[in-house]
Amino acid sequence: MSKLVEIKNLHVEATTDSGRRIEIIKGVDIEIAKGEIVALIGESGSGKTTIALALMGYTRPGCRISEGALLIDGKDMATLSERERTKVRGTEVAYVPQSAAAAFNPSQTIMDQVIEVTRIHGLMTPDKARQRAIELFKALSLPSPETIGERYPHQVSGGQLQRLAAAMALIGGPKLVIFDEPTTALDVTTQIDVLKAFKSVMKAGGITGVYVSHDLAVVAQIADRIVVLKGGEVQEEGMTQAILSTPAHPYTQELLSAFEPQETQFAGKRTDKAQPLLVIENVTAGYGRVQEDGLPLVKAVRSVSLSVEKGRNLGIIGESGCGKSTLARCIAGILPASAGNIIFNGKELDHDARRRFREALREMQIVFQYADTALNPAKPIEDILGRPLTFYHGLNGSARSARIDELLDMVRLPKALRYRHPSELSGGQKQRINFARALAANPKLIICDEITSALDTVVAAAIIELLKDLQRELDLSYIFISHDLSVVEAICDEVMVMYRGEKVEHLTREDMKSPAHPYSKLLFSSVPKLDPTWLDTLVLEPELMRQYGGA
Amino acid sequence: MNSEIARMVAKRLVIAVITLLIVSFAVFFATAMLPGDTASILLGQSATPEAVAGLRQAMHLDDPAMLRFLRWGLGFLTGDLGKSYANDMPISVLVSGRFVNTMELAGITALISIPFALTLGITSAVMQGSLYDRVVTIVTIGVISVPEFMVASTAVLVFAVYLKWLPAISLVNEVHSLYDLLRMYAMPVMTLTFVVSAQIIRMTRAAVIETLSTPYVEMARLKGASRSRIVLRHALPNALGPIVNALALSLSYLIGGVIIIETIFNYPGIAKLMVDAVATRDLPLIQTCAVIFCAGYLILITIADIIAIISNPRLR
Amino acid sequence: MMQGAPSISAATGFFGYRFNLVGVLAFLVILFWTVVALFAPHIAPYPVGKIVDMDYFGPMSSKLWLGSDYLGRDVLSRIIYGARYTLGIALAGVLIASSCGVIFGMAAAVIGGWFDAALSRFMDAMISIPSKLFGLVIVAAVGSSLPALILTLAFIYTPGSYRFARALAVNVNTMDFITVARVRGENTLYLAVSEILPNIIRPVLADFGIRFVFIVLLLSGLSFLGLGVQPPLADWGALVHENIQGLSFGAAAVIAPSLAIASLTISVNLLIDNLPRKIRDRSA
Repeated sequence: MSKLVEIKNLHVEATTDSGRRIEIIKGVDIEIAKGEIVALIGESGSGKTTIALALMGYTRPGCRISEGALLIDGKDMATLSERERTKVRGTEVAYVPQSAAAAFNPSQTIMDQVIEVTRIHGLMTPDKARQRAIELFKALSLPSPETIGERYPHQVSGGQLQRLAAAMALIGGPKLVIFDEPTTALDVTTQIDVLKAFKSVMKAGGITGVYVSHDLAVVAQIADRIVVLKGGEVQEEGMTQAILSTPAHPYTQELLSAFEPQETQFAGKRTDKAQPLLVIENVTAGYGRVQEDGLPLVKAVRSVSLSVEKGRNLGIIGESGCGKSTLARCIAGILPASAGNIIFNGKELDHDARRRFREALREMQIVFQYADTALNPAKPIEDILGRPLTFYHGLNGSARSARIDELLDMVRLPKALRYRHPSELSGGQKQRINFARALAANPKLIICDEITSALDTVVAAAIIELLKDLQRELDLSYIFISHDLSVVEAICDEVMVMYRGEKVEHLTREDMKSPAHPYSKLLFSSVPKLDPTWLDTLVLEPELMRQYGGA
Repeated sequence: MNSEIARMVAKRLVIAVITLLIVSFAVFFATAMLPGDTASILLGQSATPEAVAGLRQAMHLDDPAMLRFLRWGLGFLTGDLGKSYANDMPISVLVSGRFVNTMELAGITALISIPFALTLGITSAVMQGSLYDRVVTIVTIGVISVPEFMVASTAVLVFAVYLKWLPAISLVNEVHSLYDLLRMYAMPVMTLTFVVSAQIIRMTRAAVIETLSTPYVEMARLKGASRSRIVLRHALPNALGPIVNALALSLSYLIGGVIIIETIFNYPGIAKLMVDAVATRDLPLIQTCAVIFCAGYLILITIADIIAIISNPRLR
Repeated sequence: MMQGAPSISAATGFFGYRFNLVGVLAFLVILFWTVVALFAPHIAPYPVGKIVDMDYFGPMSSKLWLGSDYLGRDVLSRIIYGARYTLGIALAGVLIASSCGVIFGMAAAVIGGWFDAALSRFMDAMISIPSKLFGLVIVAAVGSSLPALILTLAFIYTPGSYRFARALAVNVNTMDFITVARVRGENTLYLAVSEILPNIIRPVLADFGIRFVFIVLLLSGLSFLGLGVQPPLADWGALVHENIQGLSFGAAAVIAPSLAIASLTISVNLLIDNLPRKIRDRSA
């Protein structure tokens, strides 16, 4: 097969705030044959987006291509003039962005933007362009393909926008399409539709593709070959099946093992004699004006009940908008429930955290998703960790200092970190500090609200291991909220599935293999597996899709 | 126009009315706090206790503040603006002529400065970092940082003293021809234009730079769009709201500038009238002029906000 | 990427900070005027009110560096003394305006509810009055004594400072670390002072500088109109006012005070744009 894309010895430099130049792509060689779909896999900072954009001859402000060649069908994008590059963009190479919502101009209709490429390059008349667009909409399985173009971007859902962005890329009839993490922001059930649509259109047209992602399972479904990147260098590359089954490079092996979390000792079956640590009965909460029945207009959580035992973990899983985060905030008292009871350690708690006793607040801690906003950037780590020590336990001076050292040890961070500020730490380190702060209170229950969702897979896996160790050492209980089933499976004894504010099913570890409720079935089967044939052989009952499918 | 937009517009209008009420009350209250007795000041030498008491009663000075405010407000709305303390003429007569003069000055300035400033602001944003942009930025910051009277006196020095092209003072009564008219207006308008343009340029430039760094503009670039296409079809329509806002804000500087310019060039406008009134503590005149200015400013700001609301595609 | 006034960066590192030539120059100018204002009686060559020249609007000479004013007094001495009033009044005004604005702004952000709504509505109304206009109205009422001027200027510019501080504080308030502190059980005062304030202090200081410039300009404007600092005292704006006749002669008496004002305001603006930056090298 002839080569469409040849990247030879690519070096890209970036200039930092202080004027220093650092290399972010350090000599990368990649070849892509015609009609092939190659995946660029790596964690954040590996350089995959930079390479993808460089294929269009584009670098973000502050970066430049310092060396190397990027040949697309013989043309070197690195040395073309800007004018020539604009001619190539949209016609020969096209880009599907990560956040379709941000990439659409809010004040123009969708159709105008989808056919814009044809207007810019004069490829066909506007009428023909509109027809072609509608054909593409149909091929991408978009609802109401004839009329969807007349809407504005904010009137269309995320999954639909992502496919519309693909139509926007394909309309110019490009030879190469670059997909930049297009399904990262989507729910698992929506992701399936989008992936299938992409795959069918690419294969039907024999279009060459580059698929950038950090999610191995997703990539396994759509790519013929995989290139593994880290720190701006290629670690390994090969055919998809080979990489998945027999990875050669240690980094690839690390990525794969992060994907399949290890089995741990889980607490045995429930013992009925112990009083549960936390019991929630028929809690309802939401937003908006309070109606006559005392309940809010928008009910984000509807009459949910659950219980957590000491030393055991409960996972709450569901897609975006199902109410799991709202439930977490309810339990913590941040968003007061409108109805129901919250009973902690046998005592009923006030719905509003402001009216709870300090002891109750201390024993139940919550850890948030984004460590960037959860840590005060103006304070050094020792103040962040020290404050709860002083506030809850009255510790001061050397006792306080010693305990800070202990806490840093517990989360496996070096003691020297105490003098740093949050901005100097990495994502994983910040999340550990976030957790250490919760530990400082000596709690019994920690609510983890999507704490690994913003982290890279390898880093997230390490955090999960830490959580398990700490649970054993300190006899903690967790409520673990996530949309990621594999993470929840790794750590929780029991799982609660939520959909549209309601508890749909409660599963124990054994039940997780075969859920009973139709939505749980749909959710569990939508999670991509590392098997490349998974997507093609996936059969989702149309009834279920119609009832629960969001896209 | 759908109901969401109508609701937001109505809300904005209500806020405008409330603001006007608060503002006029503030103006009234501030001037009513004058230390010293108004009646005795006015009577001057002939201030016998009976005369003072009589005048106080005639002027309703002993009524509670709220009542006086309401009476004054009602009078204002019905066109009875009272009489000036200083020269005993009805204020409406005094004000109307000068008001027209100021409107002419402001109007001409707006006509010249708005297109000029918008062009400079947009082009310097598009060519951010270039020599052109840097020069525009330096000059703009220079003009903004210095007092208006300095811009005016520099203009007078250069054009009237050294070059002797233009007269230093505007003599409205000596206008005999179009040429005279131009010469008379040239300096005030030029100076005022400089001052106002600088503000508009700065704010427009910032608004356009912000829209140019959005993800959808980057996407347009990646589709191969030319620079002019990006600016005209993607950036500007979305910068419209902030730009209209900037224009409205610059009106505040126009008002401030007019006060100085009319004084330094002796231009017979309403701002100069107000400055003189402050010097002579002519309360009714001060109140009237202040409220006229504020009302005009508020009306224009409200119009700008309403335009911004209507042009927001998310509400359609 | 740094935009704004172009800078010639001398990327020297002192204590880990990178200093900027323009920023340093601006700082020196401000320092110069501060020293002049503080030590005016010791620096001025002639007593402020003394008539030293037979001629009025006399030319610049070795005896009178900036010539004489409309009464024959030494312009240089009057500018030196004028620095005290311009800087002094403006500094007092901005200190009051900024502190009030920050305190009320933070309070409104943290307390919220009707307090925030009412206060913000009132401040918005105050902001919608053009500043020179407001200045004229208040001066008409309370006069032009020094304390009155300081309070007037502070009052006019507090709403702007309030709005800015409140917006910053509201932004910080939505961050998760504030929620964490709240759920811990911390009280309002702790939240405002210990968690929010350190995060807004840098932009607030920049706003302080900008507000100082506004106040200097407004004060000079009022004095220029004859409504600010009254004779025999004179700030720079008043100096321009009393010597305005000299404009047609191109006398230094009217140009020099304007240049003094400009040098101060431009320097403060440049300093804010070119503050020394900590070199943050991500060690990646």
